Amino acid sequence: MTDVFISSDNIITSLGFSTGENAANMLADNTGIQLTENERIAPVPFYASLINSEQLYDRFSTFDDPDKFTRFEQLAICSLKDALSDTEIDFTDSKTLFILSTTKGNIDLLEKENEHKFGRERIYLWNTARLLQSYFKFLNEPVVISNACISGVQAIITGARLIRANLFENVVINGTDIITEFVLSGFNSFQSLSTGPCRPFDKTRNGLSLGEGSGTIILTSKPVMSGGTNYILVGEGFSTNDANHISGPSRTGEGLFIAINRLLKKSPLTVDYISAHGTATLYNDEMESIAITRAGLQSVPINSFKGYWGHTLGAAGIIESIMGIWSIKNSVILNTKGYNESGVTNPIFIVNKPVQKEINTCLKIASGFGGCNAALIFYKK
Amino acid sequence: MVIVDNKSVYSGTSADFGEFSASIYKHFTISYPKFHKMDNLSKLAFLSVELLSGSKKSDHKYKGDEIGIILMNSSSSLDTDRHHQDTIIDRSNYFPSPSVFVYTLPNVAIGEISIRHKIFGEGNFFVMEKFNPQFIVSYIQQLFYNEIIKCCIAGWVEIDGNDYESVVFLIEKTDRTDKGIANFEPGTIQKIYNKMK
Repeated sequence: MTDVFISSDNIITSLGFSTGENAANMLADNTGIQLTENERIAPVPFYASLINSEQLYDRFSTFDDPDKFTRFEQLAICSLKDALSDTEIDFTDSKTLFILSTTKGNIDLLEKENEHKFGRERIYLWNTARLLQSYFKFLNEPVVISNACISGVQAIITGARLIRANLFENVVINGTDIITEFVLSGFNSFQSLSTGPCRPFDKTRNGLSLGEGSGTIILTSKPVMSGGTNYILVGEGFSTNDANHISGPSRTGEGLFIAINRLLKKSPLTVDYISAHGTATLYNDEMESIAITRAGLQSVPINSFKGYWGHTLGAAGIIESIMGIWSIKNSVILNTKGYNESGVTNPIFIVNKPVQKEINTCLKIASGFGGCNAALIFYKK
Repeated sequence: MVIVDNKSVYSGTSADFGEFSASIYKHFTISYPKFHKMDNLSKLAFLSVELLSGSKKSDHKYKGDEIGIILMNSSSSLDTDRHHQDTIIDRSNYFPSPSVFVYTLPNVAIGEISIRHKIFGEGNFFVMEKFNPQFIVSYIQQLFYNEIIKCCIAGWVEIDGNDYESVVFLIEKTDRTDKGIANFEPGTIQKIYNKMK
């Protein structure tokens, strides 16, 4: 069967405009989640990890006119441009597919002022993907994957499968979401926002922090050594549904357990490290601890990146997978920012200070609204 | 109108999706109280699967994690997104509601069908400009080939205001070559879709 290699990547969050800048800030234990006053997003101050719009604008101005693009598009273009510049592969032929992973895309175009500026059609997700496609001269019609908070993981699973089935040789995946009044008011109505920076798996956790992010990961069937003297590969991945509730995770962790269990049965790899979804809501973290324990992985080191850059929705699965891969490359498991004392009933091995060790595999898990779950493994060779 | 297995089974029409979906619910004597809480995209997807011949049969034939749901559309959840936006447009009349917001994700329709039919297998929601039989067929074929699922509910479920259309298929691996069982290939799927137009 065709192997799927990671060729290059990029992460943009409030912690930086590249994977390296983000990793350096995380190693230094910095968080991007701040108390923010932004009248356009909410009438009262809120905690979130927002990308500085002026910095983004300035960076974009170095290669193109930012006024022609929405904030969402500026982010996605910056991220794609960085990742694409870091590889030799020609992506403009028929062997490459572009996948956009997002929950809401250009949703701020529902605000009248933005709609007037960019037109009514621009809000359609397929249209946003088309714009990015033509910007980078990808030949094939792009595909948008929109599966709530598992979108990013699902996009990598899908891309890897399309390569293994020999339908494409390269799949370029970008995951982006921005924080708007639309998103913040919705999560607020669910009372799922934390009163301070989120604290994944902690006893005192009381909700999630929203974050903005854009990440790009490039998959290819061509052997490329992106991990020093190692190849980094995408292994098996599965998505499942809880078939239980549309807005709350299963109390038995059913769907996530099935996804992890199928992966463990199908893949010959042992799990060295787990990158959790870890949103810091009471129910999500508890559910993950149950599913992980049921799958027999309770002694495997696990962390959540949400305390650094918040919950970045459609970007989360991409940027957290990239950091998982970074951990394999750098033999470091980062700590779970915001975590102090376990607040989940099943004892799992939550990493609370950076661990130096050789990591051969990383299991990435995610769960989301609609009862969806996903599990995916990365490994080095 | 509603066509099942190439036969017109309900000819009611209405420019208003709310009326149309309610009339189908009533005509086919469907009884599922959660239906009334769903947004329009979920209602459309739910009704389409409900009327799919054989979907009840496959409920028993396969285990829950052997069935997948792969849906595609062009407008994602924009129909409900606009509804949520209406609740926050005026700061002096601000009433965002979790029961609306939860439906601002298209894959929630997959969740609703999963709950109804106890389906635990792969769910994936794709957004493309137009119905793309080539993509959906090759994606599902590799799911079968790699034994990720044995049965799949798939299709195009599109709603944008009162413009709506839905074509849903039940796909199984079978040795049967009975009349009426079509091969799952792009040409066949496109023909079925075109009939609706």
